[in-house]
Amino acid sequence: MSTVTFKIWRSGEDGKDGKLVEYQTEASEGMVVLDVVHKIQATQANDLACRWNCKAGKCGSCSAEINGKPSLMCMTRLDMIPIDKPVTIEPMRAFPPLRDLVTDVSWNFRVKKKIKQFKPRPPDAPDGTWRMQQEDIDRVQEFRKCIECFLCQDVCHVLRDHNKHDEFIGPRYLVYTAALEMHPLDTEDRIPELKKAQGIGYCNITKCCTTVCPEHITITDNAIIPLKERVVDEFYDPLGWLWKIIRPKG
Amino acid sequence: MQPLFVFLGFSAFIVYSTWAAFQATSGPVYYHFGGDGADYQSPFFSPELFGGSPNALFGKLPPWWPAFLPFSPAFLMMWIPAGFRFTCYYYRGAYYKAFWLDPVACTVGEPRKSYLGERYLPLILQNVHRYFLYLAVVFICILGYDAWKSLWFIGADGVKHFGLAVGSLVLIVNVILLGGYTFGCHSLRHLVGGFLDAKSKASACANCYNAVSCLNRKHMLWAWLSLFWVGFTDVYIRLCAMNIWHDFRIFTF
Repeated sequence: MSTVTFKIWRSGEDGKDGKLVEYQTEASEGMVVLDVVHKIQATQANDLACRWNCKAGKCGSCSAEINGKPSLMCMTRLDMIPIDKPVTIEPMRAFPPLRDLVTDVSWNFRVKKKIKQFKPRPPDAPDGTWRMQQEDIDRVQEFRKCIECFLCQDVCHVLRDHNKHDEFIGPRYLVYTAALEMHPLDTEDRIPELKKAQGIGYCNITKCCTTVCPEHITITDNAIIPLKERVVDEFYDPLGWLWKIIRPKG
Repeated sequence: MQPLFVFLGFSAFIVYSTWAAFQATSGPVYYHFGGDGADYQSPFFSPELFGGSPNALFGKLPPWWPAFLPFSPAFLMMWIPAGFRFTCYYYRGAYYKAFWLDPVACTVGEPRKSYLGERYLPLILQNVHRYFLYLAVVFICILGYDAWKSLWFIGADGVKHFGLAVGSLVLIVNVILLGGYTFGCHSLRHLVGGFLDAKSKASACANCYNAVSCLNRKHMLWAWLSLFWVGFTDVYIRLCAMNIWHDFRIFTF
């Protein structure tokens, strides 16, 4: 047991004008940051607001910035961070604050609605089912691990620093689009939207999204860059256009 | 600290390679080593279309080259590997951070408010990467041939004998590292199979995709190792040609 100092973001009236408030609490072996927040909530600050649900790194609710790094509070053990100095816990900065550690992430769900939905080819069998190979679906299954914690959206400087929320859908929805676009059964074409309305060109490959992903999805290399290459195929590659004319099915 | 190391690493390479290119505009040829029967060509100067070494294909100076401009064989070729690296997805992310602080590090604020990304000019031109890839693959073949030539030494009888020297190893490692970097390229990964949604229907594409993906997982490592080694290869040949280093012969048949 040791006494650890935490600086937790507390918002003022109507969720704005907040400040870091210092709390000291006993930390024991195996504790995660979410345990600390709950302990402080129970003993020192009953009105401290934080969003959480599964406490197992699967619901994506308890996203926050711990010592400035976007992380899940439930998956950050105290022995993973330096506790000899005050530990700061702040809300995600890419989204509007609601109260304390809770932010309004509803923008993400509005973005998702704008992406063209899964449109499978006609069924392969008379009973209305499809056939596909595991090796064809491997790539997409990586993207399906996403728990929608929005840490990648939070760390992305295009959203966080440049507020391009109206022009760029962010890494989470590029992964979502990749999962649909690369699906072996899907027949929809999302590439023109990716280039124009969804602003894939804003991504400048800093790989911050990959760094913070708690599900270890290789967002940049496996989702964003392959989508960028598909955009190149369609809009920037004259040899590719020629190849399509020569071999339309290729 | 990482952007600082990237900045220092890239800057050192750019300064050295520019210096090496301009060194060849006048004076003795130090980008080729022919001592002791060897035939080592610096990768910065290969293929040598015009130049002063025995490997120059079409003479010393291109007839169309303006007389008032200094000429180096590297000027005709160096833009290809430079363009390949400049437009490489790994390097883009790295130098945007290290040189333009865009951003300097994750969750660290940026010094400027406007942002165009790769959506508009000039950075939309990064989409030319796959064309540099096509040229880079040709370069790998040429550097492979240079490495092969480094295994043959002209003996006292005037005949070429197969052998191995430290310089041969330097050139072989160079082409292996450059190959690992080039064949792990994200664009290549897309072109050989990534563009397909159902790779099981094209097994050759699937195999190529898996092979490129294997190299691609360590693309950053390949990028740095090959960058360092291509510079070192030039240094090695240069110092051998200047008689500062001695090229140790391991064996000759």
